[in-house]
Amino acid sequence: MSEPEHGDAMPDPREPVDPRIDTMAREGLTGTAPQSLYQPLAASEHITRPPDGRSMDEQPAWRMDFPIDWTQDLHVARRDFTKFMVLTSGAFTAGQFWIGLKSLLEAAGERLIPKRIAALVEIPEGSIVTFTYPTDHDPCFLVRSPSGRLIAFSQKCTHLSCSVLPRPADGTIHCPCHEGYFDLETGRPIAGPPPRPLPRIALEVRGDDIYAVDVELRTT
Amino acid sequence: MRRPFTREQRTTILAGILCFVLLLVVLQLWLFTATMNAYLGGDWSVIWPAAAASTLGLVLNRGLLRYLYRIERTR
Repeated sequence: MSEPEHGDAMPDPREPVDPRIDTMAREGLTGTAPQSLYQPLAASEHITRPPDGRSMDEQPAWRMDFPIDWTQDLHVARRDFTKFMVLTSGAFTAGQFWIGLKSLLEAAGERLIPKRIAALVEIPEGSIVTFTYPTDHDPCFLVRSPSGRLIAFSQKCTHLSCSVLPRPADGTIHCPCHEGYFDLETGRPIAGPPPRPLPRIALEVRGDDIYAVDVELRTT
Repeated sequence: MRRPFTREQRTTILAGILCFVLLLVVLQLWLFTATMNAYLGGDWSVIWPAAAASTLGLVLNRGLLRYLYRIERTR
């Protein structure tokens, strides 16, 4: 195998230059190294060359998505994370419409039917009666406060639906799961994690009987 | 078609887009929790305006992602 002729191949940047020639191309302590010696041989973003030797613009799309150099890999990882975030954004929007549809279905639902809870004489002051309203899966309680007022709330805590326990002597309703407290008179949260007041059960006294007639949901 | 940006430039653009997308997603998360709280509390007046705002956020995010893929396309 013969050596390539001078001038045929690319010039070797390490080739010594004549130190007597004063040129701007000289660098280094001795002034004998050409400037090109310190220049990177390739752009930092394309360190690894494709095996077929063609440029990156001519490579198939899959090679762009499975890079070898970490700078390119960082780009692909961030792009895929952005894609995932847009999917998450779509999920939140779907969730908003799901809430909307649920509200439409509930609005078109049946009206609540009044339900007898107990006779008035069966509930002395400070006593508690439990019942379900409007369905059998909605536990509620009725309290006759020391002042004689009838108060009824849903028994599901607005935090995580644990059963709350009324304490007429303290004037509070206690949720033992996460130490949540509600005011007995209003049902509003006064301590702990519950975010909303307890749903109030609207009552009606018809003759000697107490009836549950409606559920009042509240945000404050 | 020749790429208008180098890979390094596109990584910078991507970082900017990612910031916007994250901001919008956090906004949507807040909107979703606030709407859920309002719905469970019986205040249904905010549901559809919140859904419209969330849709706007999704459209913006989708547009940013489209732009990202457009500048990646080489041919």
